[in-house]
Amino acid sequence: MAESFLYFTELLNLPVYDLKHRRIGRVRDAALVPLVHPSRVDRFLVGAGSVWFSVRYDQISLIGLDGIQLSDEKLFPYHSDEYMLRMGRDLLDQQIIDVNGRKVVRVNDVTLEVQRASGFDQLYVKEVDIGLRSIVRRLLQGAVPRKLIRAAQQPIAPNSIPWDFCNIVEADPQRRLRLNISHDKLELMHPADLADIVEELGPAEREAIFETIDSEVAAEALSEMDSKTQASILESLEPDVAADIVEEMSPDEAADALGELEEETSQEILEEMEQDDKTEVTELLEFEEDTAGGLMNTEYASLPDHATVADALVLLRENEELLENLNLVLLVDAEGRLTGAVHLARMFLAAGETTLKSLAQDPLISAPVDMSQKRVTELFDKYNIFTLPVVDKQRILSGVITADDIISVLRQK
Amino acid sequence: MAQFLKRFRYHIAVFLAVAGPGFIAAVADNDSGGIITYSQAGARWGYLPLWTLLPITLVLIVTQEMGSRMGAVTEKGLAALIREEYGLRVTFVMMTLLVLANLTNIMAEFAGIAASLELFHISRYVSVPISALAVWFLAVKANYRSVAKIFLFAGVVYVSYVISGFLVKPDWKEAALYTVKPVLMLDESYIYMLIGMVGATIAPWMQFYLQAAVVEKGVTAKEYAESRIEVIVACLMTSVMAFFIVVACAGAIWSVHPRDLHDAKTAALGLKPFGDYAELLFAAGLFNASIFAASILPLSTANAVCEGMGFEAGVNKTFREAPVFYWLYTLLIGIGAGVILFPGFPLFNLILWSQVSNGVLLPLVLIFMILLINNPRLMNEWTNSRTANAIAWFTVVVMIGLTLALAGTSIKGIG
Repeated sequence: MAESFLYFTELLNLPVYDLKHRRIGRVRDAALVPLVHPSRVDRFLVGAGSVWFSVRYDQISLIGLDGIQLSDEKLFPYHSDEYMLRMGRDLLDQQIIDVNGRKVVRVNDVTLEVQRASGFDQLYVKEVDIGLRSIVRRLLQGAVPRKLIRAAQQPIAPNSIPWDFCNIVEADPQRRLRLNISHDKLELMHPADLADIVEELGPAEREAIFETIDSEVAAEALSEMDSKTQASILESLEPDVAADIVEEMSPDEAADALGELEEETSQEILEEMEQDDKTEVTELLEFEEDTAGGLMNTEYASLPDHATVADALVLLRENEELLENLNLVLLVDAEGRLTGAVHLARMFLAAGETTLKSLAQDPLISAPVDMSQKRVTELFDKYNIFTLPVVDKQRILSGVITADDIISVLRQK
Repeated sequence: MAQFLKRFRYHIAVFLAVAGPGFIAAVADNDSGGIITYSQAGARWGYLPLWTLLPITLVLIVTQEMGSRMGAVTEKGLAALIREEYGLRVTFVMMTLLVLANLTNIMAEFAGIAASLELFHISRYVSVPISALAVWFLAVKANYRSVAKIFLFAGVVYVSYVISGFLVKPDWKEAALYTVKPVLMLDESYIYMLIGMVGATIAPWMQFYLQAAVVEKGVTAKEYAESRIEVIVACLMTSVMAFFIVVACAGAIWSVHPRDLHDAKTAALGLKPFGDYAELLFAAGLFNASIFAASILPLSTANAVCEGMGFEAGVNKTFREAPVFYWLYTLLIGIGAGVILFPGFPLFNLILWSQVSNGVLLPLVLIFMILLINNPRLMNEWTNSRTANAIAWFTVVVMIGLTLALAGTSIKGIG
């Protein structure tokens, strides 16, 4: 046989011949043992009557469309092996993640590569097939001879994902270890893509992913989801895992997510959090969700109102993590009351000794913590601002609302 | 007046707030097929068919509850579950049958649109293409869910059947009697009617739609209790409407002269107490029901098929990303609306026939649902109770029995 590939559906039901070329049975399934090799088909499960034999890859001399020729006759009955990834049972028809294409796909078939050595053929998983071509192949398999199917599918464009880009999702942590499945590849994706993917999966798979990926990536992905999904994911995790993820989220998003949870669950998670993060989040949790207090976060840059541009630059250098979303430096008096706000861009044009006070925007726009979400949105629109400081009843600075928070609010409508 | 408007708005808001997947499914359930089938049952058989409503309601509640429970626990659609548990070939067969049955349903919806607007003297060559385009754009371009709620609200037109049911002064004693007294006859058109009644109320596509809607809404196993109440209330509402349609038609049409309905004009007689407004009300109700279901059905079908066969799906994807989905969606609407434009197309028979195809496909869908929902690997502690299983299996047996009986009598009829 000249072809160097074989589809899994073709492999199924191939006759298996022993040394004397007697047919001993047919292939019922094939399995990888990922701990030994990530893509080599390690076992062929051969059904002979009601008994299944397990044939190891090195007991085979020839693999072709006409059948499989064994080179060894010491076969062992198959008994459920936890270290096997059975293609027919565990892969076919299930959902896997296409890391490169950033989507969840359903497996129709698997393309195997035949590597030939003299009297020693081996199969390696090359691609996972999705799309119309593999559907046609599978529907016809068994009803039409294999060679005819190959001819019939020719006009349809193939649609496959290289095995390297496939990420299998396994909910059971024990099995994950035995099958050597990791979710490392997922960490390379953009958090927003990861969020989309995770939302398509069932609860068990979702939990599995969030339990195993890096908590920073998990936090970023979680931030991209709506609060209901966030809540259902956090709820399904162990409190300490959930706490690790929540700590990495920005405080306002963390508070929103926790606010959706039942009191008891959110308390459990808060207990596991580090003190600083916990205080910040707890404070934010006090506010109604649809008020300025509920929208704001506590990641802002503030300085005493007698500070200079030079002081501001020092502050920014020390708090680089703030830079990404920062466009206002806030001024507060000795009691912490908000007295002014300076645009970052203005400071570039000013000399180092200029006081920030003299650069402050006029009028100073701020919102009380209990202002309604609707009014806050109106303020953003009316004054064309990107950051809005939020103050409490004593005008003490409590937090800021940024334009991205407002975009989220508007999108939810 | 301002005060009144304010109160009115408030009530709408409350109504829309509680209207979840269960309500939408239940209202979409009383689609053109539903209205016509119930009208026909009442006009031809009087109060006789009323007995079917009690068992149908029970089965409706059980099946809808199963679907929404599966959706909440597995967070996967019915088609995806069938695919994962029973493989591609089984799924392919199921999806083919579903597409065929749903296509007749979609045709029935457009037939309903044509029939209702012809009462307003609007030609079907105008109404059907415009509605088809509107439906297509509605789902693809507009925020479908908010529009769906408008139709849902317009569903209050059905209340006119309740009023009519009282005004035609039906024989309540007889109605009450036949509500609890089953009548069985081995008559072809009677069995046809029975299958139609079940198929109109418990449509296979609803099982796919409801489960998908529950998944999409993100209802989780924990919050499931609320959904269950919604499903039960919505099912009861559906059956009450069915009851009054049958009673109104029995009182207004059957008591005068039992007959088969062949056009919308006679069917509108069920609302006779409204005098000159009867046709208007009937047309409005039928139109609303038809276009509401027509905007849900093609989308739900395309989604289920793509989910089962593993194609990208969803209106938030572009045509390039999800070509199969868009083609299927467009073809379903195109063919569904197109056949109505053939001259002399028997609109009314088509509608009735669509409900029978539902009734025939139903047992198959139910068998898969029962097998899936009793799988503890999928459902954990949420598998079916023994009672629910008994009712579901009983329905399967009855529906298969009815289908065989229908096949038997029609073969005898031919021979």
